[in-house]
Amino acid sequence: MTTYDIDSSNANAIEARDMSIYYGAFRAVNKVSLAIEKNKITAFIGPSGCGKSTVLRSFNRMNDLVPTARTEGEIVFRGKNLYAPDVDPVEVRRRIGMVFQKANPFPKSIYENIAYGPRINGWRGTKAEMDELVERSLRGAALWDDVKDKLQQSGLSLSGGQQQRLCIARALATQPEVILMDEPCSALDPISTLKIEELMFELRQRYTIIIVTHNMQQASRASDYTAFFLMNSERAGELVEYGTTEQIFHNPKDERTEQYISGRFG
Amino acid sequence: MADQARARAESIGVSIPTEATVDLSKRPHIGETIIQAILFICGVLSIFTTVGIVWVLFQQAWLFFGDPEVSVLEFFTTFRWVPEIGLFGVWPLVTATFMTSLIGMLVAIPFGLAAAIYLSEYASDRVRSVVKPLLEILAGVPTVVYGYFALGFITPLLRNIFGINTVNIYNMASAGIAMGILILPLIASLSEDALSAVPQSLRNASFGLGATRLETAIRVVLPAAASGLVAAFIIGISRAVGETMIVALAAGAGPNLTANPFDSAETITGHIARISGGDISYGSIQYTSIFALGLLLFVITLGLNILSRRLVARFREVYE
Ligand SMILES: Nc1ncnc2c1ncn2[C@@H]1O[C@H](COP(=O)(O)OP(=O)(O)OP(=O)(O)O)[C@@H](O)[C@H]1O
Ligand SMILES: [Mg+2]
Repeated sequence: MTTYDIDSSNANAIEARDMSIYYGAFRAVNKVSLAIEKNKITAFIGPSGCGKSTVLRSFNRMNDLVPTARTEGEIVFRGKNLYAPDVDPVEVRRRIGMVFQKANPFPKSIYENIAYGPRINGWRGTKAEMDELVERSLRGAALWDDVKDKLQQSGLSLSGGQQQRLCIARALATQPEVILMDEPCSALDPISTLKIEELMFELRQRYTIIIVTHNMQQASRASDYTAFFLMNSERAGELVEYGTTEQIFHNPKDERTEQYISGRFG
Repeated sequence: MADQARARAESIGVSIPTEATVDLSKRPHIGETIIQAILFICGVLSIFTTVGIVWVLFQQAWLFFGDPEVSVLEFFTTFRWVPEIGLFGVWPLVTATFMTSLIGMLVAIPFGLAAAIYLSEYASDRVRSVVKPLLEILAGVPTVVYGYFALGFITPLLRNIFGINTVNIYNMASAGIAMGILILPLIASLSEDALSAVPQSLRNASFGLGATRLETAIRVVLPAAASGLVAAFIIGISRAVGETMIVALAAGAGPNLTANPFDSAETITGHIARISGGDISYGSIQYTSIFALGLLLFVITLGLNILSRRLVARFREVYE
């Protein structure tokens, strides 16, 4: 894999500035700052409970749905702080899509699963255009060949790996700029996992991807950048080290990173 | 290998019995047996009661239909129910039952469903934990109260709005509306159960695509809960069909074949209540006729309950 320079002139897709996230009185994430480069895959790694998912969800304001959650700091996307009072979280999520750990297709047809996002986002096209968008999204998620003959079947009739790709296709259909993936392969077999990883490499050309993973091999082979999180003494997650995946895995600067990736704790 | 594991386990204080010491023979559990017997008797008792009720229904209905004065054909195909002169066409009672239930459901379903959507999709946990028990208390108000509410409040209101000449003192609309209010908490509570059974992950998927709460509720949660909701509605309908006190008080006394909700008419249950409250002689045809009506009611509600069970079972299949 090529080495990427973290300070390259390439634009940032999204950036966290001093993000602290609380659940009630509990500070789950402490002052995390990191800039995610455009059209790259960034992996979040770290032991369980260190706040990876929490940070990830703060990028599209999914944490707003947790009644007790509260944030401090900024997420900057296209020059705008997503936590500014005038920002509508619904609009944010239309541009920053999400794929969840457990595949969660709607109990609707495969076609309707894909069409759902565009429809709620004020789709004005014809039936033929929708057909095309559905096909494009399914192709984008490398699922078209599997399902082209059964678009009217329930999304729940697919295998686990196919369901997860359906969820990716569904996210693609709203044409987001950033796609957040929270352990998308953790429930999948190795072959489905590889398929999703290959898919991520292709998607990188058009999208920015952030992926949370517990799988060190996956982080090392399927990402361009890696961010390592760890809990501090108050159990609040902090960003320990962030750099190119090459550097994090072969030349970590922080001792704790080195220990974690070599499997000595966490 | 096994020896090693045993040694390790024993070293940390776990004793693993060797094959020789394992005793798998049956041992008597007296308490267990007694409890089991008591529970069994309770179960059998409730089944016997039900069987007994159904038996009496069938037996008396058999006497009714076996009477030379009536026939099953007449029962289902004629349109006047006047037991005093031997006219036993069930339709006036059925249509009145249908009308009051329909009006009740027209009130209970929209409001009950709206309340359920609010509770399950919008309300905070705190609001929900207060409102849900409150709904259940409301469902426990004696129905006679609703009956007098219909007579003393809804009927005058309807007569004010539509005119005294249009709206009869006793009318199906008033009874139906009161019935709707009675059933509303039941519908709300059952629908809320169906909605909350929809996995949170589906809502998250929808929110993650940029859907609002309303879009998520209407386009994802409602369809996903559809069969559970329909089951809730059916339970509501069977409750309405069987409801007696409100219709007996407010809908009117006397069978009447009419499609006008402002007319008075008597439902199956209202008729049974009135006849059995009057002085009829045991074994007379009037007496057996109310068992025939009871059987009809039983068949209707049984059918509705079977239907709702089917739907709930299908709903479970989708999400394991
Ligand atoms: N909805 C919530 N309400 C309260 N506390 C929460 C909630 N979600 C997460 N937390 C807490 O915040 C901390 C970080 O959780 P988070 O899920 O972000 O960790 P994670 O790094 O994604 O862990 P994992 O690798 O196990 O998924 C944990 O201590 C967790 O208990
Ligand atoms: Mg997580």
